[in-house]
Amino acid sequence: MTHPENAAEFLKDSQKAKWHDETLWFVRDKRDKVSKGIPEWEQLRDLASGIKDNVLANLASYLEEFERNATKNGIIVHWAADSEEHNRLVLEILQQQNCTAVVKSKSILTEECHLNPYLEKQGIEVVDTDLGERIVQFLNQPPSHIVLPAIHLKKSEISELFHEKLHTEKGNEDPVYLTQAARVHLREKFFGAKVAITGVNFGIAETGEFVVCTNEGNADMGVHLADVHIACMGIEKILPRRKDLAVFLRLLARSATGQPITNYNSHFRSPSPGKEIHIILVDNGRTAQLAREKFRSSLKCIRCGACMNTCPIYRRSGGFSYNSTVPGPIGSILSPGLDLKKHSSLPFASTLCGSCTDVCPVKINIHEQLYEWRQEVTKTQGEFAKGLSMKLANGIFKSPLAYKISGNLMRTALKSLPNSLIYHPLNIWGKNRNLPDAPKESFQQWYRKNRS
Amino acid sequence: MKANSPSVALFIPCYVDQFYPQVGIATLELLEKLGCTVSYPSGQTCCGQPLANAGYARETVGTARHFIETFNDYDYVVCPSGSCTLHVKEHFPAIAGLEKEQEALEHKIYELVEFITDVLKIERLEGKFPHRVSFHSSCHGQRGLHLSSGSELNQPPYNKARKLLENLAGLEWVELSRTDECCGFGGTFAVTEEALSIQMGKDRLADHLSHKTEIITGGDMSCIMHLQGIATRSKQELKFLHLAEILNQALS
Repeated sequence: MTHPENAAEFLKDSQKAKWHDETLWFVRDKRDKVSKGIPEWEQLRDLASGIKDNVLANLASYLEEFERNATKNGIIVHWAADSEEHNRLVLEILQQQNCTAVVKSKSILTEECHLNPYLEKQGIEVVDTDLGERIVQFLNQPPSHIVLPAIHLKKSEISELFHEKLHTEKGNEDPVYLTQAARVHLREKFFGAKVAITGVNFGIAETGEFVVCTNEGNADMGVHLADVHIACMGIEKILPRRKDLAVFLRLLARSATGQPITNYNSHFRSPSPGKEIHIILVDNGRTAQLAREKFRSSLKCIRCGACMNTCPIYRRSGGFSYNSTVPGPIGSILSPGLDLKKHSSLPFASTLCGSCTDVCPVKINIHEQLYEWRQEVTKTQGEFAKGLSMKLANGIFKSPLAYKISGNLMRTALKSLPNSLIYHPLNIWGKNRNLPDAPKESFQQWYRKNRS
Repeated sequence: MKANSPSVALFIPCYVDQFYPQVGIATLELLEKLGCTVSYPSGQTCCGQPLANAGYARETVGTARHFIETFNDYDYVVCPSGSCTLHVKEHFPAIAGLEKEQEALEHKIYELVEFITDVLKIERLEGKFPHRVSFHSSCHGQRGLHLSSGSELNQPPYNKARKLLENLAGLEWVELSRTDECCGFGGTFAVTEEALSIQMGKDRLADHLSHKTEIITGGDMSCIMHLQGIATRSKQELKFLHLAEILNQALS
C-alpha cells in the first residue's frame, strides 16, 4: 500500500487520529520549551551539524581509528556489509556461546536488519527490553516511532494486551501497575539471558568506547547480567572525540522527548574480566548513501525522532503508514536510498513545509532532500500519464498565448459546467473542498482593460 | 518611491491571475499608494512550481527561461505569494546562457510584505481596518523566506506581516494555538494525499475558529484557497482575504 492509502485508512478513526496528533504535538511542544531554555541552542545545532559533516567527510579514517582503539580496549570488532552479514555475525556469536535466549535493548539498526525474525527462525528467543518495544513485540508489530515505539497505542489497549500476556487485572489501566507487571516479567528474562544485544548511539573514535542512551536503564541491566554484550552500530554513528558528546547529549534528549538529558547515558569501553564485548559495524546501504551528494547529509541523523513529532503528516498518518523501519520525514529521505521503488510514495508524503529541517538537531535539510528525491522518483518511474501532463503544463507555461487560452477555457468551463461535472469523483480537489468562484475575468484581462 | 524610483514589475502567480484577480489588483493599487511605479509585464505565465514539486523540475527549463526573460529589465519583481517567490529564488533549474540574469533575479524578487518592510523600509502603515483578523503563516513564506520567526527555532519572535497589520486602527490580532502549522495545501499534495490534506486543513481552520476570528488572512492565496474551500464546503461563516486586500482597503 502507498502512503496516501495508509494515511486515508489511519484517518478513518478520526478520534484516534486526533489523539495521535495531539500526543505527538505535546512532545514537540515540550521540545520547543526545553530547547528555548538554552540560549546557545542554535549554536549547538550548528556545532553538531559541523561535527557530523566532518565525520562524514572522514568516515573511513575515523572508523579505522575507532577499530584500533576499541580493539586495544579488548572489544572484538566485526564489520558487516549488509543486514545478512550482520545477522549472521550475531548468530555466530550466539552459537559460540550456546545461547538460545537473548535480551535486546532498543536498536533501530537491528529492526532495519530484521534481526528478530532471523534469530527466531534459528530457535532463539529474543526479548526486547524497552517497555514500548516489548509492547509492540507482544503484538508482533514493528515500532511505529523510533523513540516512542508504542506511541500509536492507548493505555486501554496496553492494559488489554497485558491482561492477555501478563495476566494483569482486566481493565486496570494504571500506568504504575502496568509498568510494575512489565518489570517483573522482564526481570525474569534479564536473569535468563547469557547474551545481551544493544544498539549504539555514539561510537568515539579517539577512545574506542561507545555510548548507549536509554531512559529505562534496560541496556545496562541486560549487559551487566549477561556474559556477552553484542553492540550493533551503523557506521555513521561515529564521533571523533569524547568531548563531542558534550554537544550531542545535550541535543539528543531535548530534541527527542523534551528532557534535559536521557536518564542513562552508558559508556562501554572494555569488557569486565571473563566477559566479552563485540561490536558490529554495519554498512547496509550507508556508503551508497554517502556517495549520493544530494542525500549524503541524511547520514548525520542521530535518531532523535524530533522530525516525526513535528511532522503534520506523521502525526496524522502514524508510523506504520510509511511502511519503512525509520518512518517520518527522515525515513522518507533514508528509505528511498535502500529501495526506491518500494518507497517511491514517501518523498511525496510531505507538503515541504520545512518544519522537520528546523527541529533537526544536526540541521539536515530534510525537506529539501524530499524535494530532490521526488526528482529521482519521477526519473525512474516514468509514470506515463503524469509525465505527459507535466510536459503539457510546461508547454503551456512557457507560452503566454497557450496559457491565456487554457486559462480562459478553464474559467469558462467552471462557469458553465454543472456542479456534477466539476465535482466529478475524478476531481479529487472537489471531494471535500469547494473550488473558488470563477471570476469574470483574469487579472491579465483586467489589467489590459484598465491600465494599458 | 518618487520620480526616478526603481521600476517594480508585478509577478502575479498563475492561480491568482485566474482565480483571484482582486488580489492582483489590490497588490498593484497598494504598491502605487506606497509610491511605487509599477508595471505588469505582459506575457508572464507561471513559475513552474507545481511541476517541480511533483518531481519534474527538469521539465521547467522552458518556463524558467521565459520567466527570467520576462522580468529581466526591471529593478524589482514583487509577488503576492511567498511560495512562488521562494520557488523562483531557490528552485529554478540553472538556465544556460542566462546565468547572470538568473542570479540577478534571485536577488531582486521579493514577496509583497518583505518588499514593503525591507525594501521600501515602511514600518507602519496609517490606515484603518476594524476587524478581528487571524493570520495563516505560509510555510514557504515563513520557513523559506523567513517572513516571520519559526516556533521550532530559538530566535527572537518577529512577524513582518503582523507588524504591518497590527498597526492598522481597529484591527484585532487573533492569536492561534499552533502559530505556524502547515495547512495541508502543499501543491499536488492537496490531491495526491487528499485525505491528509483535508484533515490538516480542517485542523488549521478549527484553530482559527476556536479563537473567534472574523477574517483569515495570509500572504499565500494557495493556502487560503485550500482553507476557504474546506470552510465553504462545511458552510462556515468566515471571510478570507489576502494581506494585500486588507492593506489596500485599510489605506483607502
